[in-house]
Amino acid sequence: MTSLLHVDNISKRFGGFIALDGITLDVQPGERLGLIGPNGSGKSTLVNCICGTLQNEQGSVHFDGHTMDGLAAHERTHRGLSRSFQLPRPFPSLTLAENLRIPMLYTVHKRSGTPLHADNIEVRCAELLQMVGLERKTRHLPRDLTQVEMRKLELARAMAAEPKLMIADEAMAGLSHSEIEEILALLKRLNESGITIILIEHIMSAVMSFSQRLIVLVTGKKIADGKPEAVVRDPEVVRAYIGE
Amino acid sequence: MPLFTVLAVVVALAAFMLLRIPNIEYLFVAGYTIVQYIVLATAWNILGGYCGYVNFGSAAFFAMGAYSTVALATFGNQIDEMVPESLAPFFHLIFPLPIPVLIVFGGIVSGIVGFGTGYLTLRLRGAFFAIATLALSVVLATLVVNWDFVGGSGGAYVVRPGEFPLLGSYVQYLFLLMLALAVIAVVAARTIERSRLGYGFAAIRDDELAAEASGVPTLRLKLVATTLSGALMGMAGAPFPYYIGYLQPAGVFGLEYAVNSIAMPLIGGTTSWIGPVIGTILLGTLQQVTTVTISSAVNVLIVGVLLIAFVIIAPNGIVGLVQDRLRARRQK
Amino acid sequence: MDFPIDLLINAIVAGLLLGGFYAAVTAGISISFGMLDIVNIAHPGFIILGSYIAYFFNINYHVDPIFTCLVLSPVFYVFGTFIYQVYYLSFERRGQQSLRGLAFFFGLLFVTEVVLLLVFGVDYRYVEASYIGPSIHYGILDLPLRMLVPCIGSLLVFGGLQLFIGRTFTGRAVLAVSQDQLALQLMAADPIRIKRIAFGISIAVAAMAGAFLIIIQPVEPSVGREYIGRVFAICVLGGLGSMPGTLIAAMMLGVIESITATFYGPSWAPAVSFGVLLLTLAFRPSGLLGR
Repeated sequence: MTSLLHVDNISKRFGGFIALDGITLDVQPGERLGLIGPNGSGKSTLVNCICGTLQNEQGSVHFDGHTMDGLAAHERTHRGLSRSFQLPRPFPSLTLAENLRIPMLYTVHKRSGTPLHADNIEVRCAELLQMVGLERKTRHLPRDLTQVEMRKLELARAMAAEPKLMIADEAMAGLSHSEIEEILALLKRLNESGITIILIEHIMSAVMSFSQRLIVLVTGKKIADGKPEAVVRDPEVVRAYIGE
Repeated sequence: MPLFTVLAVVVALAAFMLLRIPNIEYLFVAGYTIVQYIVLATAWNILGGYCGYVNFGSAAFFAMGAYSTVALATFGNQIDEMVPESLAPFFHLIFPLPIPVLIVFGGIVSGIVGFGTGYLTLRLRGAFFAIATLALSVVLATLVVNWDFVGGSGGAYVVRPGEFPLLGSYVQYLFLLMLALAVIAVVAARTIERSRLGYGFAAIRDDELAAEASGVPTLRLKLVATTLSGALMGMAGAPFPYYIGYLQPAGVFGLEYAVNSIAMPLIGGTTSWIGPVIGTILLGTLQQVTTVTISSAVNVLIVGVLLIAFVIIAPNGIVGLVQDRLRARRQK
Repeated sequence: MDFPIDLLINAIVAGLLLGGFYAAVTAGISISFGMLDIVNIAHPGFIILGSYIAYFFNINYHVDPIFTCLVLSPVFYVFGTFIYQVYYLSFERRGQQSLRGLAFFFGLLFVTEVVLLLVFGVDYRYVEASYIGPSIHYGILDLPLRMLVPCIGSLLVFGGLQLFIGRTFTGRAVLAVSQDQLALQLMAADPIRIKRIAFGISIAVAAMAGAFLIIIQPVEPSVGREYIGRVFAICVLGGLGSMPGTLIAAMMLGVIESITATFYGPSWAPAVSFGVLLLTLAFRPSGLLGR
């Protein structure tokens, strides 16, 4: 299996509501994948099932050659899967630096086997905060942040886990044009350093400029999977967006 | 780190010496209760304040420690009936067990109960754990009441050995032991607070889902907290039969233990090791005064009312109020 | 050995009657915990409060306990809405409902118990009414009226709640708020107001349960704590938020407890509910009919 992430026919229902209906997709190492779809189409559910926050009832998820079925979310993060939450979920009683410490202490530390030196952690936290432009608020609590800054913190925390594959779930909602450019540049840099990225977004310009491949989800089904220019011209995709 | 331990031991010893000066036995009797609550409050806070999981059944864990002592004491009295003749001399040699050993036993028993409760309920929501602990008190009380070996509903007498060499009174010995336990509990709490484990707990408390996603093995850590917390409470309970002489299920499974172990950390402040200590000393002293001057029922009412008031008005307790003031000043 | 069939049958019947009563006790929690996600562990305290008020009017003015609580239920309703408001402003809005909300309700439970202790003392209190004492005999069946009347009353209350939730707008809004608060807001109903109403109702139901309780058994302040285990065991076993599930689970628990008490002695009864709770949580946490 050469794909880094292989999602094999997963389905998830909530009571009578079918959130995901047989989704299969592959992500190649180093790829920049875009995932779009109308609200309620199951994007976040898909992310949750891939990352282990939810368990899919059918199908399986394979990452980096190993099956993820039955693995708890924290174990998947250890293996190199990381995600940011659509609605930011910072740790409210910890400072920004401490927020980033958590994935470092529990994921990176776990992986490398040797304990991270305290100084190392501080340096790394400072680096990450600078990458997202939050270095001036290192010792602040999340409640002192604006909505936009919280999204950046979300990204930084996902990055702190040093993932092989990172899923950015609507990280750019509410950002100004220049901020979007900033984040896109950041994500592209991360990608160039070897991290595979799945970008979930509604902002079409960002998705189009970022993605090498585009997947469209509508009411729990995958209706398109290919080059971005081709996908946006696909009549079924157009119908899903306009014809609602 | 070792500096803090040394300081704690010094403070504890100083307190002990100070109390010996007036030569009033009552000070040690009252002091034992307060120091015991320092252990209980600190233990509760490790799971409740650090990890965010409320334990309503502190009484159960405390009582398990007390009853393991009673069981062992009763066993010690009935060695010849319960043990084959060849082994009897060995048991006669080691029984009656010294209290530090009983403390360890109490800790093990309660630790296992904590682990078991956690294992069954921590995979679900925090609310279920809390409810389970509340019901646990009732169930364990029922089991104890129906088990004649430990005295059943009538209660159990535990005879104190007369005097303790060196110190003079047995109560002073018990007080010293409890003081040692308090030092251990506080040092443990502080160590956890600043460690990787402490950060994991904080992440769980703040947002368990995000903690999982960040790589924190939440179930495992919660089990550690539950077991450790339960064990400490059991250790606090182990000497209790010797302290009180006559152990009644209604007394030891009573609500005061549950309320106090929650009220003291919440009023003092749950985010730091010092919160439970402050809360215990303030609330404990207040209670001793009220019990003596008004009545013990009113005293317990005051604790309940204070708990509700603090939880609404000052959710981070006294320590939280101080911290807010400091932070506001720092950010100016 | 001659298996005591008639003892068993009477135990089962007593269990069913008890179960009916347990359903009313739990109905309140089914709303506050099952639907509103509020862990109101003080609920049994309010029940006991209802019992004591019924006792007071019964002893001093010879008023029927059920009548007292029926008249008093609006007062309890208002009291409930007030408590919810405090809870909402202090905890739910700040997102701290888990630790502090629980401590809040625990404090309420505790204070209620201690106040009752201070006012009424530790003695068991009971009420007098014409239906306490006599039993109906039907073949080998022995139906004590003091259990039958509360059971019927409970089922009526329970049925009324079911109708309310199923048929009225507010009732269905309560169900909606438990499933999707945002959607409810979009339908121009204020979820906070709905929750407040629902919580008020759950406390009013507690008052009625209190009347039934003191008819079935004498009460003293700490009785409330025994019911916490039962109430949550039934709630979980039945499936959170499912009223029919609550009824079935209540009946099951009543029967299991009754059989245990008959054949193994009443002192084991409190342990039964916890055992049921643990087993359910371990093997089928969503309950029998859970969502």
